[in-house]
Amino acid sequence: MRISDRARTLPESGIRKFFELAEARDDVISLGVGEPDFSAPWSARTAAIDSLERGKTSYTANRGMAALRERIADHHERYDQSYDPAEEVLVTTGASEAVDLAFRALVDPGDTVAVHEPTYISYGPGIELAGGERLTVPTRAADDFALTRESLEAAGAAEADLLVCCYPNNPTGATMTDEQLAEVAAFCRDNEIRVVADEIYAALTYGEDHASVATQPGMRERTVVVNGFSKAYAMTGLRLGYALGPTEAIDAMNRIHQYTMLSAPTTPQYAAIEALDRCDDEVAEMVEEYNRRRRLVVSRFNEMGLDTFEPGGAFYAFPECGGDDEAFAEGLLEAQGVAVVPGSVFGEGGEGHLRVSYATSMRELKEATDRIATFVEGR
Amino acid sequence: MDAEREVLDVLARNAREDIDDIAAQTGLDAAAVADAIDALEADGVVHGYQAVVDWDRVDEGKIRAVVEINVELDRETGYEQVADRIAKFPAVDALHLVSGDYDFAVEVLGENMQDVSEFISEQVAPMPAVTQTVTHYIMETYKDGGIRFEDGDDDDRLSVSP
Repeated sequence: MRISDRARTLPESGIRKFFELAEARDDVISLGVGEPDFSAPWSARTAAIDSLERGKTSYTANRGMAALRERIADHHERYDQSYDPAEEVLVTTGASEAVDLAFRALVDPGDTVAVHEPTYISYGPGIELAGGERLTVPTRAADDFALTRESLEAAGAAEADLLVCCYPNNPTGATMTDEQLAEVAAFCRDNEIRVVADEIYAALTYGEDHASVATQPGMRERTVVVNGFSKAYAMTGLRLGYALGPTEAIDAMNRIHQYTMLSAPTTPQYAAIEALDRCDDEVAEMVEEYNRRRRLVVSRFNEMGLDTFEPGGAFYAFPECGGDDEAFAEGLLEAQGVAVVPGSVFGEGGEGHLRVSYATSMRELKEATDRIATFVEGR
Repeated sequence: MDAEREVLDVLARNAREDIDDIAAQTGLDAAAVADAIDALEADGVVHGYQAVVDWDRVDEGKIRAVVEINVELDRETGYEQVADRIAKFPAVDALHLVSGDYDFAVEVLGENMQDVSEFISEQVAPMPAVTQTVTHYIMETYKDGGIRFEDGDDDDRLSVSP
C-alpha cells in the first residue's frame, strides 16, 4: 500500500532501539521506564469498576463529563490557575492528545515552534504533523536545564510563533521557579509568542511547589496548559489528560477533538473524579517515596563520579556520563544488565547524559546503582 | 518534617535499611540518622525490629489466634493490672484494650490449635478478673504489617518507554 510522505518521513523514535535491546534480555533491571511503578489508587480503580457495573459505557460530552471538568478546575486552584470548567477545560485521551490538539489548533503551516531540549520526544513530530517548523532551544547543564531568556535569544526564538514549555521536565527532572519563569514570560510577551505548557509532572515536585508559566502576568491569555492523570495518579494506561486555556483556544481544540476523538474514554473519567475527590493522601505518599528514591539515586551517582544536579521534579535523574552516552548506555546494558536511556535521544543538550528513571522499587534501585558503579569502575 | 520523623518513615517501611542508605534517602548525614534512631529507641517510639512472616509458608510454622477477653474490675484491679498479668505470658504476641463489646483483644501465637486452646483455658480463663473468652483462630492471612501476602507482583510495564 502506498504510504503518505507525512507518515513515511516521520523519524523513528530513538527510544525504540533501547527498548528492543532491553527486551531481548530477561535479566535486566530497567531504569528506562517513563511511567510510575505504582498502580492507580485502589479507590479510583473501584470507581472505574463501579461505573462499568452500572453500565456507564456511553460517550460523554465532547469536552468531558461536567462533574470532572469542575473538579479539574477546582484542583488547579492549588497552582493559582483559575479556569472556567464550562468554557476553558477540555478532557482528552491522555495529555498526548491535548498536546497534539494544541499544535493543530495553534499552528499554521510554516509557523515556527520553539522547543527547549533535551525534552520529551513527541513535540517535534507533533509540530511537524501540524505543518509547523521546529526551532530547537538548547538548555544547559550549567543552568540545571532551566530555560533562560539568554538561551531563547541565542537560538533566535524571538521569531517563534509558539513555545513549548515542559517543566517539571522529562528527561532532566528540572523544574523552574517563578523568578525563572518571569524571564521566559517577559520574552514571550515582548515577542508575542504563545505557549503550550506541558505540566504533566506538576504534582511530582520535591521541595518547592510547582510554578506555572501560565500564572505569570499576561500569560494566561496566550498559554494552553496541558496536564493529566497519568503521572500523579499512576494511571498511564487509562489514557486521560486535559487542556486548560482561554476559551478561543479550548473551542478550537474541541472543534478538532469532536471529529477525531468525539470524547475521552468514559471509564477513566469516573476513576479521575474519584482520584480528585479522595486520593490526595495517596499521591502525597507516592511523592514521599519518589523523594526518598530521588535522594538515594542522586547521591549514589555523585558518589560514583557521575555528576548529577538535584532534580526538583518528575521521577528522573540526569547524570553526566561524559562522551558518547549511547555507547555508555549500550555498554552498561551489555555488561551489567541495567537499562537507562541515553540523553541524546531527547535532543540537543542531552548528549553526554543519561536519563535514569527512579520509578522503580528501592531494592532494584540499590542493585542497579551498585551495578552501574561496578561498570563505571571498570571503564 | 523533622529528622526523627523522616527516619521513622523509612524504618516503618523497611527496618533493614542501613544508616548510610537512610542518610541518602532523607538527605541527613549518617551521624544525624544514628542520633535520630537512638532517640526514637530511647523515647520508646521504636520498641524493636521484626520480620513480617507468613507462617503458613514455614514448615512446622505457627498458628495465630485473636482472643476476645472480657474482664470484671474491682477496687484493687484495673485494666492496667489485668493487662500486666496477661502480657507476661510469652504466647501473647499483642495485647490491646479496645472499645466495643469486649475489653481486650489478644493476639496469641502457638505451635498448633491445641497449644493455643490449652493456653487460653488453663492460663487465661482461670484468672480471677476474666469473665469470658472467645477465641478466633486465624485461617488465612492476606495482609500483615501493611504488606500484602501474595506472590511477587509482576512488573508488566514496557522495559523502556519515553
